[in-house]
Amino acid sequence: MRYAKRGRLRFTSHRDVARTFERALRRAGAPMAYSQGFSPHPKISWVGAAPTGVASEAEYVEVSVVDAVDPEALRVALDDAMPPGLDVLEVVQAAGGNLTERIEASRWSVELPGVSAEDLRDAVERLLATESVEVERATKDGKRVLDVRPAVVWARARERASDAEHEGVASSPPCGILDAVVRQTTPAVRPDDVLSALRVVAGLVPPVPAKATRMAQGRLDDEGGLIDPFALDRAVEQDPGAVERR
Amino acid sequence: MTVESVFPRLEPLLPRVSKPVQYVGGELNATLKDWDGASVRWALMYPDAYEVGLPNQGVMILYEVLNELEDVLAERTYAVWPDLEALMREHDVPQFTVDGHRPVGAFDLFGLSFATELGYTNMLTALDLAGIPLHAADRTEDHPIVVAGGHAAFNPEPIADFVDCAVLGDGEEAVLEITDIVRQWKAEGRPGGRDEVLTRLAETGGVYVPRFYDVEYLPDGRIQRVVPNRERVPYRVFKRTTMDLDAWPYPKQPLVPLAESVHERMSVEIFRGCTRGCRFCQAGMITRPVRERSIEGIGAMVQRGLEATGFEEVGLLSLSSADHSEIAEITKGLADRYEGTNTGLSLPSTRVDAFNVDLANELSRNGRRSGLTFAPEGGSERLRRVINKMVSEEDLIRTVSAAFSNGWRQVKLYFMCGLPTETDDDVLQIAEMAKNVIRAGREVSGRKDIRCTISIGGFVPKPHTPFQWAAQCAPDVVDDRLRKLREAVNSDRSLGRSIGMRYHDGKPSLIEGLLSRGDRRIGRVIERVWRDGGRFDGWSEHFSYDRWVGSAAAELEPLGVDLAWYTTREREELEVLPWDHLDSGLDKEWLWADWQDATDEREQDDCRWTPCFDCGVCPAMGTDIEVGPSGKTLLPITPVGKGSPVRNSALSGT
Repeated sequence: MRYAKRGRLRFTSHRDVARTFERALRRAGAPMAYSQGFSPHPKISWVGAAPTGVASEAEYVEVSVVDAVDPEALRVALDDAMPPGLDVLEVVQAAGGNLTERIEASRWSVELPGVSAEDLRDAVERLLATESVEVERATKDGKRVLDVRPAVVWARARERASDAEHEGVASSPPCGILDAVVRQTTPAVRPDDVLSALRVVAGLVPPVPAKATRMAQGRLDDEGGLIDPFALDRAVEQDPGAVERR
Repeated sequence: MTVESVFPRLEPLLPRVSKPVQYVGGELNATLKDWDGASVRWALMYPDAYEVGLPNQGVMILYEVLNELEDVLAERTYAVWPDLEALMREHDVPQFTVDGHRPVGAFDLFGLSFATELGYTNMLTALDLAGIPLHAADRTEDHPIVVAGGHAAFNPEPIADFVDCAVLGDGEEAVLEITDIVRQWKAEGRPGGRDEVLTRLAETGGVYVPRFYDVEYLPDGRIQRVVPNRERVPYRVFKRTTMDLDAWPYPKQPLVPLAESVHERMSVEIFRGCTRGCRFCQAGMITRPVRERSIEGIGAMVQRGLEATGFEEVGLLSLSSADHSEIAEITKGLADRYEGTNTGLSLPSTRVDAFNVDLANELSRNGRRSGLTFAPEGGSERLRRVINKMVSEEDLIRTVSAAFSNGWRQVKLYFMCGLPTETDDDVLQIAEMAKNVIRAGREVSGRKDIRCTISIGGFVPKPHTPFQWAAQCAPDVVDDRLRKLREAVNSDRSLGRSIGMRYHDGKPSLIEGLLSRGDRRIGRVIERVWRDGGRFDGWSEHFSYDRWVGSAAAELEPLGVDLAWYTTREREELEVLPWDHLDSGLDKEWLWADWQDATDEREQDDCRWTPCFDCGVCPAMGTDIEVGPSGKTLLPITPVGKGSPVRNSALSGT
């Protein structure tokens, strides 16, 4: 399943999303598979979740069921059972193989209100010109240093298309948008780490908290694009012989 | 006048605070109504953190009852943590509701549910952030009417300066009557202002408006009398009782938070009230008589609630759940019905004597098997007679032995320390009991991994109970007894390592005691503590005993009373108690007689199975015990589904 985490629900943590998902599956009447044993749990596999405070259009999860169900019927029933802002976008029947292995990188889009596109472009150029940018991140166990640069596949700055422009109002505050494809690494490099890197290389400090959204996930293609993780499942759905031929 | 959401101003602050999800709302089954379309608007608050307040049944019930009315709007608000409070002050964001993020100050009524007195300082934070004057006397027609409810409202005197009114007892019908009065008054163009609407509320006899009563004191500090200071206001205010629980199947659509909360389950209240007569238990005294929900009503609420929430556990709530006249049929029926759906059942309050292992097996059939919990409350047989918790150690050992031989490995036992007439020996008996539990468990199971956890709370004398006259035990005495108990538990290494012990020191209990039995003079202590930074007093990491002691000394000594006078002083029979004009239905003479029985170590039976003992409630309130058995069963008996308690034809068997 691919689902989105939107608007104010971006403040949910992964644990919040997981609980909400499990309950929605029960409310939807999905024939869930449970683990055996003293404390049975529904069989759900999560693929690396977007951090708390970050929105997403491309979160992935695998759910086991005990009966065959129509994927679109399940999508509709589950989406109805989820709170608005957690939206189920696509459900496919798994063709086998590991979903995690089909995900290698994410494309992020980060809105930076109060930062002009020029300043942002300049900072991005400096980031890409370096080979290593170490940033600090506060964690529960204290400060941790990680190198952001190797994870960044590409990054670009652009201006947010604002309504004010169409109306000819010039007073609209600037808002640059950072688009970037970042590899899943260990430790993970998150959008706020990329922003920290821009501060380190160019002194860029957003006046208000940035709003980040994960736009896509998948394996990288040769042009730095991302391959849809469901491509295989979709091919099998249309032609069950597709797996063997690959 | 339309009211704008403060969310755009709040949102930039959220990435800077811990657990921001608690402030965004968006819970499943939340209701958001049009502001302008409502003629009466309520803001409801549980004055503690969101994670504690959201699952509160009382707020959930009133929220739903009010929102079902077409022209009424109800939204919820909770205490914000100090990190957000500081940012809200810096950026001028007012106390907001989580539903519409509307400013609390814009509502007609601001209702607070006080399960515990330790929420009083959080009320002051909310009032202040909302821009509502702290003192009721300073409010104008433009400010909400501040209404207190919940168990602590049975003595609202310590917060009399801050609330406009208080409602005693069940809220379902009371909120509707208050709504009607406010709606009418607004429709008439608010004649007579705030004073008139409060007078109209007071003359119903079920709403207490503290400012309409004068308190006179004796030279020694005791109360001389409490009298109304105007016409149309009754001498006594009565508690409210909702008699037919089946007519009030709320919450129908329980709220499911996105954030983690303290109770991750769907709750159905299977009966209200308790006549077991435990003398320390304020809840049991003030919620009489017993009123059962029928087996069919319970079954319908469970099914509808599971469909609406998707929870994996159903809690069958009451003050003593195993006492429902049809509990065996209810648990078996529900366990059959939800077979294979991974839906667990729990009974949060179970008495040792009413418990049997069949019941426990039904409870754990479809879900996770948790530990068993019992509350003997007192360590010695003598002390249990004093508190009227009639459980023998033989009963307990028999019950836990049956449980251990059926596969349970862990038992939790709840006790209190600091009870009236208690000695060191009574408390040390707790260690013996725990050791006997371990011995019995090891013997019947043949295993070494048996565990017993003893959890000990400090006793706080409460209004409207036989112990309302009792001297509260001083914290150092409580702490000393707990230290000796720990030594006794650890004296035998072999048994002691299987026994866990959980307790808090006695200091927070003393402050709870001050707030529970205090009078109007305590208001200035609460305000001083709050001005000095007091917040979240129910949380040990925020509670400051020294701040309370210092504030009490500064504010009370000029009045000739002190902290000890309110807490560790035993009252005499004829002393006017601060809550005497607030009627819980209990006859004060009966309470006094029961207090005398307590000190004489005489027990009292339950009126459900033995004749009426004249506590006074039924005749005073025009009520009666409402119990089964009804002889009905739960339908359908067949299991509902596979992997889910909900059957969805679109997803079954393609």
